[in-house]
Order: sequence, then structure tokens, then C-alpha cells
Amino acid sequence: MAGGYQAVRKVVREMTPQAVTALIKDSNLKGRGGAGFPTGLKWSFVPMGDDARHPKYLIANADEMEPGTFKDRLLLEGDPHQLIEGMIVAAYAIHADVAYIFLRWAYRLAAERLQRAVAEAYANNYLGPNICGSDYSLEMYLHVSAGRYMCGEETGLLNALEGKRATPRAKPPFPAVSGLWGKPTVVNNVETLCNVPHIVNHGAEWFKSLSHTGEGGTKIYGASGKVKHPGAWELPLGTTVREILEEHAGGVRDGLKFRGLIPGGASTEFLLEQHLDVKMDFESVQKAGSRLGTGTMIVMDDKTCPVGLVLNLERFFAQESCGWCTPCREGLPWTAKVLQAIENGDGQPIDMQRLALHTKLLGPGHTFCALAPGAMEPLQSALNYFKDDFERHIREKRCPLR
Amino acid sequence: MPIEMTMVTFYIDNQPYVVQAGRNLLHACLSLGFNLPYFCWHPALGSVGACRQCAVKQFKDEQDTRGKIVMACMTPAADSTRISITDPEAHQFRASVIEWLMMNHPHDCPVCDEGGECHLQDMTVMTGHSYREFRFPKRTFRNQDLGPFVNHEMNRCIECYRCVRFYRDYAGGRDFDVFAAHDHVYFGRHESGTLESEFSGNLVEVCPTGVFTDKTLKKHYTRKWDLQTAPSVCVHCGLGCNTIPGERYGTLRQIRNRFNHEVNGYFLCDRGRYGYEFVNSEKRIREPLFREDGRSSLEAISPDSATEKLIEFCAESSAVIGIGSPRASLEANFALRTLVGPEHFFQGVSDRETSLSSLVLSILKEGPARSPSLHEVEIADAVFVLGEDVTNVAPMLALALRQSVRHQPMKIAERLHIPEWDDAAVREAVQQQRGPLFIATTDSTMLDDVATATYRGAPNDLALLGFAVAQALNSDAPKVANLPDEVSALANRIAVELKDTEHPLVISGMSCGSEALIQSAANVAWALCAAGRSAALCFTTAECNSVGAALMGGSGIDTAIESMSENTTVIVLENDLYRRADRAKLDAALAAVKHLVVIDHLDSETVQKAGLVLPAATFAESDGTFVNNEGRAQRFYQVLSAKSRIGSDSYGDPFERSDQLRSGGVVKESWRWLRDVIKATDRSDAGHWTNLDEIDGALAAALPVFAPILKIAPPANFRIAGQKIPRQPHRYSGRTAMLAQLSVHEPKPPDDPDSPLSFSMEGYEGEPPSSLIPRFWSPGWNSIQSLNKFQDEVGGPLRGGDPGQRLIEPKQTGPKFFDEVPDAFQRRNDEWFLVPLSHIFGSEELSLFSPAIAARAPQRYLAMNDDDAGRLAVTEGEEVELRLGGNIHYLPVKIRHALAKGTAGLPVGLRELPFVDLAAWGRIAKCNHNE
Repeated sequence: MAGGYQAVRKVVREMTPQAVTALIKDSNLKGRGGAGFPTGLKWSFVPMGDDARHPKYLIANADEMEPGTFKDRLLLEGDPHQLIEGMIVAAYAIHADVAYIFLRWAYRLAAERLQRAVAEAYANNYLGPNICGSDYSLEMYLHVSAGRYMCGEETGLLNALEGKRATPRAKPPFPAVSGLWGKPTVVNNVETLCNVPHIVNHGAEWFKSLSHTGEGGTKIYGASGKVKHPGAWELPLGTTVREILEEHAGGVRDGLKFRGLIPGGASTEFLLEQHLDVKMDFESVQKAGSRLGTGTMIVMDDKTCPVGLVLNLERFFAQESCGWCTPCREGLPWTAKVLQAIENGDGQPIDMQRLALHTKLLGPGHTFCALAPGAMEPLQSALNYFKDDFERHIREKRCPLR
Repeated sequence: MPIEMTMVTFYIDNQPYVVQAGRNLLHACLSLGFNLPYFCWHPALGSVGACRQCAVKQFKDEQDTRGKIVMACMTPAADSTRISITDPEAHQFRASVIEWLMMNHPHDCPVCDEGGECHLQDMTVMTGHSYREFRFPKRTFRNQDLGPFVNHEMNRCIECYRCVRFYRDYAGGRDFDVFAAHDHVYFGRHESGTLESEFSGNLVEVCPTGVFTDKTLKKHYTRKWDLQTAPSVCVHCGLGCNTIPGERYGTLRQIRNRFNHEVNGYFLCDRGRYGYEFVNSEKRIREPLFREDGRSSLEAISPDSATEKLIEFCAESSAVIGIGSPRASLEANFALRTLVGPEHFFQGVSDRETSLSSLVLSILKEGPARSPSLHEVEIADAVFVLGEDVTNVAPMLALALRQSVRHQPMKIAERLHIPEWDDAAVREAVQQQRGPLFIATTDSTMLDDVATATYRGAPNDLALLGFAVAQALNSDAPKVANLPDEVSALANRIAVELKDTEHPLVISGMSCGSEALIQSAANVAWALCAAGRSAALCFTTAECNSVGAALMGGSGIDTAIESMSENTTVIVLENDLYRRADRAKLDAALAAVKHLVVIDHLDSETVQKAGLVLPAATFAESDGTFVNNEGRAQRFYQVLSAKSRIGSDSYGDPFERSDQLRSGGVVKESWRWLRDVIKATDRSDAGHWTNLDEIDGALAAALPVFAPILKIAPPANFRIAGQKIPRQPHRYSGRTAMLAQLSVHEPKPPDDPDSPLSFSMEGYEGEPPSSLIPRFWSPGWNSIQSLNKFQDEVGGPLRGGDPGQRLIEPKQTGPKFFDEVPDAFQRRNDEWFLVPLSHIFGSEELSLFSPAIAARAPQRYLAMNDDDAGRLAVTEGEEVELRLGGNIHYLPVKIRHALAKGTAGLPVGLRELPFVDLAAWGRIAKCNHNE
């Protein structure tokens, strides 16, 4: 057979939901939204017995708002049916009755194309009752978000989808147990779901063989900043930083020198020259003191001020704080104000301690969700690697690069 | 909710502690007496983990030396859990939380109302944070005018989210919410306007800072440590919520909640919180008044002359009758009854109400259904409300019902292993599911949004529904013939839902004036008891001592009026008869009697007709006992000595009451006025009561139903370590300066012979028995959160038991079902069946003297549904003519869609509307004299 939706046909006609989950587990597919949680394992937490609560939900997190990240956008605009197919397979695996695509409001072109693609899928019996003549039925809806970075957080997304304020929820209970409207729910990133049909079609071993490391599959890597060819490329998971930066992105522009990069979107730690041969997979990047995150790197050249760069990021995070928990709500604006003062030439020596203290205080578990700890990642590593830059700002009462 | 009696052992700083399973760490630590700071957690609201203040260090096992910080409120206290509170990192983190909150907090303690009872102040000191490093501008907000009860000062907000969780989640309010994000989060309405919830006043206690404060207190502001307080009971409805009135310079300044786990818990309604200003009103009668024959005005006389006059009147009349009051204490009613004799003692309510309350009491005494406390209402798992607009008649009962509908759905959370205290997760899992609540009333109610189903009808039709439910539950109950199909179906549904639970509850009352309705409620409850359920039967009562007065017996006011002649001396106790009887009849009867004596605290129409007026002490100036609708007898203690010479002017500054200079302390407890007359008429040893214990002893002996009142509280001679319990906090200031402008000699503090409480700072500083607790305070806990120290388990009963003694218990087996099934309601051509409509602000006599409450009372009106209005060709606002009971009233029309056709509604208790004995038929016609 030729054409699309082979994977859907295969699973609904030939495989049990449990078998699909086992396959994805086997493939080692990890979440591509930033957290890297094993996808098959996440699916396996959903209660599957006769007494499971219904309706169950499968949600594609298309609220791509991590600064520096644009990989999902390419997938959504370029091949919406790939996502839809992945969603149907995932929904089948967990016995979901309803699926939502939760889309960032600013992705208007993606919204148009997804809308059309969903309609096409319905028209061709890939959605709705009795998919491909099987017993399985699935309704799918596109929901365009009202905005805010917090909606990309799994539980913030659930609240936003319910029409409530986008504040996160505590876990446990996990969404698999009590998610959307209190029912079993799985939220997966767009890129993660887009891998699913291919795994169904070609198998777990094939998928594992695609990567350079044991972690399985390919990754859409990106690069932005003052590089010669900013963009995105699908490469084996575990491709080195150097290959992405120098081969695909063409290296830093002429007249500038590489100084550092944030490998996985704004909320990750800097990697420097000495890390260029680190493999861009979850484990390797973590060993190097950073995070793979979304895998889209922001490259910093030697004429870009690290203080200004970090200030820009912290202002973003401070503004996006949902306001629920004290350390983030008050601490992030404080760090932003301190950084602004330093950038303006009003910094004081004690500010370095204040910033460092915040990077320790706003740690995981201290705050209600991961927004603030994420916000502290670039700051903490900048204070570590670019200490001189900060101190010069404070001593000279100006930005030395301007 | 199954009671988990399993115990677990967990470790705090390597010491083992055994606690009940299922708790979170914050709850467990606070209950054990540890001073762990917190903000967003509240015992009635559960945990959400937002503020991060209660951080502790948790260790995996004994070998783990690093540990990680967790929030105590969100972490189960499970077996083998190991935490440290004193861990340096946890300690520093907690101090940092305060530092973050202080970034934007205006340092206005000296001018902030909350200062001195501020939870933020307490937690700041507790964490040890003190030095400000934040050097940038603070964020600020614009405040809103939220109405006369609650003041708004948003700059002080620490975003603990308690207000919105209480207002929306707990109390069901809709017009208050949280807006915006990051450090601009804002709590308020979408625009300025009076908060609509009947429980908005609780924001002032729920808010841990000075964002929401008592606006009425601002008019005579006093620091908590300067307020003289005493344990008291609310006088504005029959539920008997416990309160703490606060006084200074002779004015009552504030009412705050007094926790009673069985009754009101942590909250009060707005009528109870803000209705206190009648005590300070210029309409107070502060000295005895006497009217010479024929002369039109009342003149002041000395108390001795007044007592003599009363003795004279009693001696020269062949018939002395006493009319008691459902808002006067047991002691006051008993004293009057003793003076005039039981045969001449009348209950201070209409004949109709007397007969209905008698019916209610016999149902509760003779039947198997238990009269529940408010707490028991909260944990009922299925409820049927028959005929009562609970939100307006017994507001805190409505708040309890909002919690009761959460009870059954808790099973969903249980199955998902979500602990009950994990509030957000529970609400998410449960969504909009609610336990069964069926509301059958004459008009729509504010509880309808949480009802499973509602039913509207005239009182007879409501009764028929009740009878039908009982019949569906038990074939021995009388059948209801010719019931429309949908009503029959509803009755069956209600029966099934009520029977399907362990603790069903039926609620009814006397508001509709219908005997059949009350009987049908009894039938339902009894049928459930017969089916083996622990069914409860709750009757609302209108006033703070309705049950107490009813238990004392006596006929009603209408019978009293019949018995009045030109030889009669009538003694009216704390009652404005014009609020309870037909004006024309009353005018005629009172004009004819020999003497009309009134003992009351406020001027009224009855007072204006009297020949002799004796000034009665209010609840704030006397000690006594009220019995609430549950049948719980509760003690209230005076907070103001009636003998005090001080009053306050409009600035709250002290001045001496010149009118009391002559006689010195003339306001007296009603029972003491009467006791003096009894003593003088020398009837053996009756009535020679010197204090409250003695009159209570006599009352218990004369009427054994009241025997438990002797156990409510320790007697007046009770001491702890030889000391009394002080009404004033140990930081009370100004004692010697208060009267310095009058005399430099410090006066002796007034004496209170009726209680172990003193009008002074001196006394026992520790924890007294719960019925004597004058305020909640503990070292380091200046705010209401200090209540934690008075409970064995936070959120649970007060140590030693909650105050109050139940007087009525059900019998094991019951009488036969009531079998007089009424006829279905039939519309009439130009008559409408008038039903009473109650208003939380407006229907209750005493609270109307508070300007804030009077401002919210409705104007007089007559309500009908659109169909009926259409028949009369009247529209909203147009006047109609109502002929009822020989009187004509002109009233503007209000359209109320839910009223049954053929019925119309009249607001109860408004000052501009004369008394009408409802429910009754009346003629309504379009008004011809319009324009």
C-alpha cells in the first residue's frame, strides 16, 4: 500500500493499544519538548482497564514558546498530517476518546493548515467514528491558545484548555490519572508525536539505529544567533555541537568569534568552546553541565554582551511568570531589575551575590513548577562563565561592549 | 468519608511522632505544636502549595544527609517520612520567602489596620528576616470600593490566593476574582462595587495582611491589643454562631469570629459580622423613662423610682401579663415568667409561630431524627431543603450546604488516591460533580447554583412533594393523590437519592407559616430513619433564642392581645410587638390596658406607646444563655460593662456619659430588673437570684429540659490558680489615661458577678476552658491563626470540647407518620396567596440599626411572576394595591420568575412595611391612584 496514514491503518487493524505502547517504549523515544521523558513510559501510566475513567484525552503540545525554538513550527506548517497521524496512533495506544492540538496563538499559518488537515483526515475516515473501519473512534480539535509561555507547561496547558487561568498544577496526581477535566490525559510535544508513525512503520530497532547514541531516533536541531546559516536540520540524535554549529549553520559570521551558546532554548546553561564536541543528546549534554532541552541553540558571538543577553532572557521569564508561587513571582522580577541596573551602569558589587543566591533559591522543588528553575539556568552559567563581564559592568558602570 | 484511624510514625529532626494517617506535614507539625510558618494553607480551604512558606527539608532515609526542600502543606505525613524544620537551608529558604513578599509590601504597619493581628507580621518575625536589600520601586495598584463592609488596599497583597479561594471555591461567590499575572496579580472585582456574597466579611479574617479589613471598624478603629473582648453568641438569626465582640471606651467596635467546630467553624455571615451597631445606636434606651398619665412624652427617672413604679403597677392590676421574646435570653424570659406566673406568660411571637414552633419541638423531641449541628450539616451526604430560603433566613447554613455537596464526590478523589487536603487536585478530579441537594421553595434561592434539582410551588405544593417523598420511602406514610407525573417522578428521585446515603438531611422551617410543610419534612426524615439511615432533621429558626423561648412555653401574642383589658398591666420583654401583630388590633389593645411596661434596649413603636420603659442591657452588656435551632444552649458574656461610665464619640474618643452621671449604671440585664420586682413583691424565696448561676439553677429546676445549661460553662466563682480570666489582653493600653480628663483617680474596674471573667488585664494568662476563651492569641501568633494553639488537631474541635450543650435528643423509635395531607394549591381569580420573602439584609430587626446593613436592605415591594403581573397588566416598578387582613398596602411590583402562579411574595421585616401574618390570601389589583 502506498500513501499516508499507513501507521494508523496498521495499528487500528493489526495491533492492540498495549502493543503500540510497548513498541514506543522499546524504541527509546524521549520527549522532544524539553524534558526528555521516555514517551512509552508516559503512555503506560494511563489506566487501561474497563474501570478506567472516560473520556480520555491525548493532547499535542504545540504551544512552542521557548525562546530560540522554532522546530515545531516547521513541522506544523510543513507536514500537519504527520502530526495528526502520530496523534491518532498515540490516542489509540491509550484508548483516548478525544484529542486536542493546543497551538500557540501566534502560529497563524500553522493554524490554517492544521484546520484544513484535520478536516481532510475526517473526510477520509482517519478521524471520527470507526477509523479505517475499526472499532476505534477519535474526535480531534484544534485549540488556539490565548497566549502566555506558561501554557506550554503541561499542567498549565491543561488549565488553559479548560478555560481557567494558566497556572500549573502540582504532581501527583499526574495527568495520566487526573488530567484534562480530571480524566486520564497524555500531553506530548509535537516533534515527539511526529516520530511515532515512522516508528510504527519501520520498527523500534530501526529507530534506535538512527541515532549516534543509544537514545534513539533523529532530532530536529536548530541554530539562531549571528551564524551564517540559521535554520533547522533533522539529524541523528547525538550529533555533536560542532557539526550543527560549523557544518550546518556555517559557523559564526565573518568578523565575529564564537563565545558560547545555549544548546536547548533559553532555559538551558551555556556551553563554551571546550564543549563543542559534546554530543547533543540528553545524557551527554547533561554531563557537560547543561540540558538538551528543545535542541535549538542560540549562538552568542564575542560582540554580543552576555549580560545583555541574559537580561533579555530574564525579562522574558519575569514577564511570563504566572504569579502563582512566591519565589518566581517576586524573585524573577528582582533578578531582571538587578540585571537591568547592571546593564544601565547602576550595578553594585552586592548584586553578584543577590543573583547567585537567586540561582540557588529558585531551584527545582523550591518553586511550584519548572519555569523559575529554567530561568535560572542561563543566569547561573553566565555568572559562572562570564563573571568578568558582569564585574566589568559594575566596576566601569557601563557595558564594555558598547 | 471513611475515618482513617490508622496511625503513622514520622520523624521531625530525628524525633519520632505518631499522628493519624492521611494528614499533610504542615497540618501534622502545627497540630504537634511546631511553629512552622505558612500563608496559603488554611484549615478550611486545604493546601495548594502556592506561597512556598512552609518549606522543610525532607530526607529519603537516615543515611541521606543532603535531603531536598519540600512544601510541608503538599507532602503527606506518611509512615517513615523524615523531615527537618530547623535545617539551615530550609530556614534560609523560609526567610527568603518573606524577603520576596517584603519586596513589594508597603511598610505601613503603623497605619495599617491589620497591625497587631497580622499574620504577615507574625511570620516575618518567625522566619527571622529583617533587613531590606531590595532597592527598586515597588509595584502598586489602584484600590476598589468594595462596598460598606470590606476595605481594599491591594498594595499590601502577598498573593496568597486565600481570598479568591474562599470567596469563589468555598462560598460560591462569582463577583470577585484574581486577575493578571507575574508580580501584577490583582484580587478584586472587575470594577468597583459592593461585594455580592453574603459571606464577604470573612475576607477580613481570611486575608493574612491588611488588604481586606473591616470597613466598619475603621470608623472607630482600635488595635487588637486594645480591644476588650469576651466570648459571645450572634443575635441576628437562630443559628447561634459564636462571636468575639470587641469593645473600647464603651463602644462596641467589632465582631469577629469565635471558632466553634460544631457550629460556625471559621466563618460568619455578613449580617452577623456587621449587624452590631445597634449596641452603639443613638436609639438606645439608656435610662428608665416614665410617662405621666395623659402627658405625651416619656421623661427620665431614676432606676429606683422605675422599679418602684413597676412594683406599684403589678400590685394595682388584677391581671399582670408578660410577653417574652425570642431574642431575649433564657434568663430574661424565665424571670418574666416567674414574675407573672406561667399562666400569664406569653411567648413573644404570633400564635401561628407559637403553634409551629411547638410542632417543631415535639417533632425533634418525640421523633427519631436528630437535630444536627452546623458541622453535621457540612458532612451530610444528601440534602432535601423543604420550604426555606436558607441563604437569607440562616445564612451560615447555606455556607454549610455548599460544603455538604462536596462530600459524596470526595469518593472520586479517594479512588484516585488524592488526599482530601490537596484542594486543587480534589477540585480538578471532582469537576462539577456534587452530592445530591434538592431545593423545594416558593422562590429561587442563592443556593440554586449547587442544587441537583429545584422545585417551586406554593407552600401546600411543597408539602405535597415532601409527603410524596416520604411515601416513596415508606409505604406506611400517607399517599398523595393526583400528583402530576413530573412531581411524582421528582419525589421518587429524591427518595432514591436520600436513601442511597448514610447521612441524609432534611431541612425545613417556619418561614412559610405552614404546618403541613413541617409535618411533611418530619415524615421524610422519619421514613429515612425507619430505613436504617442516620437521618438528620434541621429546622431553621428566625431568632437567636427562638428555640429557648419556645421551650419555655406559653401562648402567642394574638392570644395575649385577646386577654388584654382595662385592668391589665402588660410587661413586654425586649420585643417590638408591632413587628409581630396586626397594627389595628395592637393599637386598640394597648390603648385600653392599664399599664404598658417595656423592658428593651432600643426605641421602638411599642416603646413609644409605653407608660414605663426600663433600659435592658444588650448581649454585649449582659451574660446569658441562648438556645439555637439545633437545640444547643450557648453562653454569651458581656464585653461592655453596663455600669461603665464611658462612651465614645464619633471619633472613637472617650467621653463620660452625662446621662448616667445622675444614676450611675442604669442599663441592667432584663432579668435583674425583673428580679428586683419579684424580690420586692416578696414571694417566698422565689426570684432572689444574685447572679447568673442562681437564676440558671432555678431555671433548670423549674424546667428540666434546661438542665444541661448548668454544664455550659464554669460557674462565676471558677478560678484558675486563684485568678479570673481577663477580658483585656496583657498589652491593653490607656487604662489610667482613659478617664484622666474627668478624674485622675483610676476607677475600680467594674465587677461581673455572673462570670469568671474580669474587666481587667489581670488574671490567668493561659488557656481557659473553651466556653470562657475571650480571644485567640498565643506568643508569636498575634493573628487569628493563633487558633491553631487552642485545638488538639488544627481544624478540629477546641481543646476540651466546643462550647454549648444540646438540649434535645431524638428518641430511638418514633411516632406514626403525620397523615393530614393538604390539598394541592388552587389559584384564585383575584386573590393571591402571599408568601414571605426573607432578606439577609432587611428582615432582621437588630442588624437594621447598622447603617451599612440598612443601606443594603431592599425597599418595600410586592413580588409576582411575569404571568400574574401580565394578568394584572402591571410591569416592574408599577404600584399595586394589596388588601390583606383588613389593611390596604400600596406596593411597587417586582417580577420574580420563579414564584408559582397564583402566589405573590412580600418581604419580611422591613421597617416601612407593617406586620402581615403570612402566608395568607390577599387581593391584589392594579393601583388606580397612580400619578
